[in-house]
Amino acid sequence: MAEEMRIVLRNLGKIDPLKLDEYIAAGGYKSLEKARSMDRKELIEEVKKSGLRGRGGAGFNCGMKWSFSYGIDSDQKYVICNADEGEPGTYKDRTIMENDPQSVLEGMAICGYAIGANKGYIYCRGEYPYVVEILNKAIAQAKDKGVLGDFDIEVRMGAGAYVCGEESALIESIEGNRGEPRFKPPFPPVKGLWQKPTIVNNVETFANIPVILEKGADWYAGIGASNYPGTKVVTLTGDVNNRTFFEVPTNTTIREVIYEFGGGIKGGKGFKAVQIGGTSGCFIPEANLDTSIDFDSMGKIGAALGSGAVFVMDESRNIVDVVERISKFFEHESCGKCTPCREGTKRMHEIMGRLNNGKGTANDVALLSRLGKVMSKACLCGLGQAAPAPVLSTIEHFKADYDAKLV
Amino acid sequence: MADYKYIINKYKFIPGGLIEAYHAIQREYSYIPEDAVLAASKAFDIPYAKAYGVATFYSYFKVGKRGKNVIRICESAPCHVAGAADIVAALEKELNIKMGETTADGKFTLEFTECVGQCQATPVITINSKPYGDLSPDKIPAILAEY
Repeated sequence: MAEEMRIVLRNLGKIDPLKLDEYIAAGGYKSLEKARSMDRKELIEEVKKSGLRGRGGAGFNCGMKWSFSYGIDSDQKYVICNADEGEPGTYKDRTIMENDPQSVLEGMAICGYAIGANKGYIYCRGEYPYVVEILNKAIAQAKDKGVLGDFDIEVRMGAGAYVCGEESALIESIEGNRGEPRFKPPFPPVKGLWQKPTIVNNVETFANIPVILEKGADWYAGIGASNYPGTKVVTLTGDVNNRTFFEVPTNTTIREVIYEFGGGIKGGKGFKAVQIGGTSGCFIPEANLDTSIDFDSMGKIGAALGSGAVFVMDESRNIVDVVERISKFFEHESCGKCTPCREGTKRMHEIMGRLNNGKGTANDVALLSRLGKVMSKACLCGLGQAAPAPVLSTIEHFKADYDAKLV
Repeated sequence: MADYKYIINKYKFIPGGLIEAYHAIQREYSYIPEDAVLAASKAFDIPYAKAYGVATFYSYFKVGKRGKNVIRICESAPCHVAGAADIVAALEKELNIKMGETTADGKFTLEFTECVGQCQATPVITINSKPYGDLSPDKIPAILAEY
């Protein structure tokens, strides 16, 4: 039986999230103290050695990212916590922030010390005003107590734009602009917020940092899959018995997530598909369920771990109907800056609508495949590049659902 | 009700404060008055087109009047398969308006939204951002009665 392992959710249910003293009594802020006694370079090496990779979806080595900003001389640097979790079916960052906001602040402050930044922002999605309140209270308590030292943190609220999860779009939004992604390079660790070196990490990534420093890089590197060590918080939705969240080691398989943690398919029905990583994720068929959820293993089956959302569909679900809904999402969320995404998501939704209404032809399916391939290469940012994934993966694995709807 | 000019002035010296100012205006008005966009462009010393561009880029901002209570129905995939369409039908019937419309008394506006991050309880709606989960059509009248 696969078992949960709580690292980022270590304090869930054990402390009152709005009582700083309880966080401190549970060992909180000892890691920041330890970090500040270390040489910065040594600290970054320790994070690098832990193998921690970004939990927002891109899976970049965290310590490596920090080293890019550390190496630059600048009068000002910034740390940004990406709390804009917008991937449908994902609520892990909310769960972390609601239950243990101080661990996120501590992780940010450690990053600030490491790269030489004294200012941090948390960009929290506009859908979570109640989380913003928790964060502001937590920050006020940390400031009162002086635990953050000279590191200042401010919360900024998004306003319902999925694209702002992309780090350069997020930065534009903090600057008070439309949340449109920037051309890269330069990347944010070199030129980010107000053109200064900026580290943007996900909530879950930051929440890992204090534990890594407390227990050591070697301890962390030994958990789960060796190329993507640690745990992942997964959120289960759809036709599964336990619609809830779990924190599991990264070598847990998809089948274990659905059948052991998730308790299997609701109503005793058969499994049809699972979409992992949020709405931009691939649809995975039964044949691939024994894949471990770590970043690289998922990549090998042409899928992605992404945000860790696990959306399960039973045998009664029509894949074309679900994918049409998803294609509408991307048309709505495309920021409009680059043509392949702006036009591509619109046409993709149009064609999916035709197919779902029984008016599409085999030619439409071929056109979708071609359009999807172009978008995955030509779009400016991850939104447009990933938007075709649900379409392309369902044409590959669930072709029968498309064929059944053709004219 | 606080004047929007007063609200804007509180934010104009904060770097990138335009979006925070819009949020503050909406907390007061439930929408952004057209004139407030012009006032913001002057206060932040940016072109009107840019102030308008920011206000209309984000789906949570609405330039121009809408109802006092904004009901958003999540139509993302997990809510879609959990029966969001039935919730839409129930709300439209109960309020006697269509999606995107406002009731004649100005009390409620119905809007679609994408994922609101409460997916442990699909289907989900929010009223003024407060989530209501595990919905079924029969629960709608009691929820509306709270407002």
